[in-house]
Amino acid sequence: MTFRLEARHLACERDDRWLFADLDIVVGAGEIVRIEGPNGSGKTTLLKILSGQLTDYQGELYWCDSPMRQVRSDFLANLLYMGHAPGVKAALSPLENLAWYQALAGESGSESARMKALAAVGLTGFEDIPAAQLSAGQQRRIALARLELIERPLWVLDEPFTAIDRDGVAELEQRLLAHARRGGSVLVTTHHDLTSLGELRRIRLGRGVVHAGQ
Amino acid sequence: MQVSESMTAMEPRGGLGVAIAATVRRDLILMLRRRSEIINPLVFFALVITLFPLGISPDPDLLATIAPGLLWVAALLATLLSLDSLFRADFDDGCLEQLLLAPQPLPAMVLAKVAVHWLLTGLPLALMAPVLGLMLSLPTGSYLMLAASLALGSASLSLIGAIGAALTVGLSRGGVLLSLLVLPLYIPVLIFGAGAVQAAILGDGGMAHLAILGALLATALMLAPWAIAAALRISING
Repeated sequence: MTFRLEARHLACERDDRWLFADLDIVVGAGEIVRIEGPNGSGKTTLLKILSGQLTDYQGELYWCDSPMRQVRSDFLANLLYMGHAPGVKAALSPLENLAWYQALAGESGSESARMKALAAVGLTGFEDIPAAQLSAGQQRRIALARLELIERPLWVLDEPFTAIDRDGVAELEQRLLAHARRGGSVLVTTHHDLTSLGELRRIRLGRGVVHAGQ
Repeated sequence: MQVSESMTAMEPRGGLGVAIAATVRRDLILMLRRRSEIINPLVFFALVITLFPLGISPDPDLLATIAPGLLWVAALLATLLSLDSLFRADFDDGCLEQLLLAPQPLPAMVLAKVAVHWLLTGLPLALMAPVLGLMLSLPTGSYLMLAASLALGSASLSLIGAIGAALTVGLSRGGVLLSLLVLPLYIPVLIFGAGAVQAAILGDGGMAHLAILGALLATALMLAPWAIAAALRISING
């Protein structure tokens, strides 16, 4: 069964202001969808609604053609969400952080898999150092290692490039591309250009006007 | 975009036991690395109990009369003091939203967190109480009951308090509100907890009180995890 996340007539109001209205989105296998818009245009809110965190919206959400409310646990088993806060415990080492995420997914996992994921994001040699002693970019990379470690078809990434250096950005772009080529899908917000990914589907938010073009 | 192979939707794969064990281990490690959070309630408990004989009177008879209630109230306040940080750190660094998005039942996961809180707050308080009871010249024969009633009661306190902590985690200064929310719910536990020690002093054994504390704990275990999970969802939504 392939998967599909669909939003119909989505609308959200915050403080008497419509962030977006009548928004239709379909995200299927192999797609990278970029959500853009100026600060405060509701990108994060949209991602939180699409990842099932906010219930304060109008419209319907469907996962594989079933209403989200009925298949929430199926949906969560397919979702990897990365928010503004990286979700990295400062007092734990990168390895310990990843072990918890692996266990949350229901896998006991192996240390070698975690080492490999950390090596893939350029944290070799930092595996056992408390995250508090690492830089902001390195902490962000610990969170990004989850993309390597935990197999999920749908990635919802809110500003994943924050604090990442130039090489890291290029690597992450390639990782997104590889994920889409394997048939996964990505929903991403960023202020970076993402030129290496070619022409992406974009959803533009801002001033209550929504362009959901190809 | 060229799709070379197709990825299919994944089924939830369970692994609840693994997730609970990992959360317990993680929270234990975190608490042991920030030891001040374990020590603060204990120091508070000791300070309050030390001040009472100085403030009231060193008369052993008088102290022995008020000791059960005093010890229980001080332990209750010490628990309350430690509750605010239960979900706060996870909320601040984004781990809480990841916990809510995990494909595991949230009530079970929060129960794991509360269990760690009790293990490192309630249980140490219960173990320390007999030593402080000595300072208040608590009559012999009631020390075991003091520790047992506190161990049992503080588990209920952790569970009930976690509901308040979950509701106030989104507020920057939720401490006072948290106290107002949970204190009324703490009163039955306090009455039967202090009553158990009182009964042991009077020679009734206090097992009836312990049984009621156990019943309170069973009810809390049954209802609180769902309430905590719902409260966390509300806080994240805000």
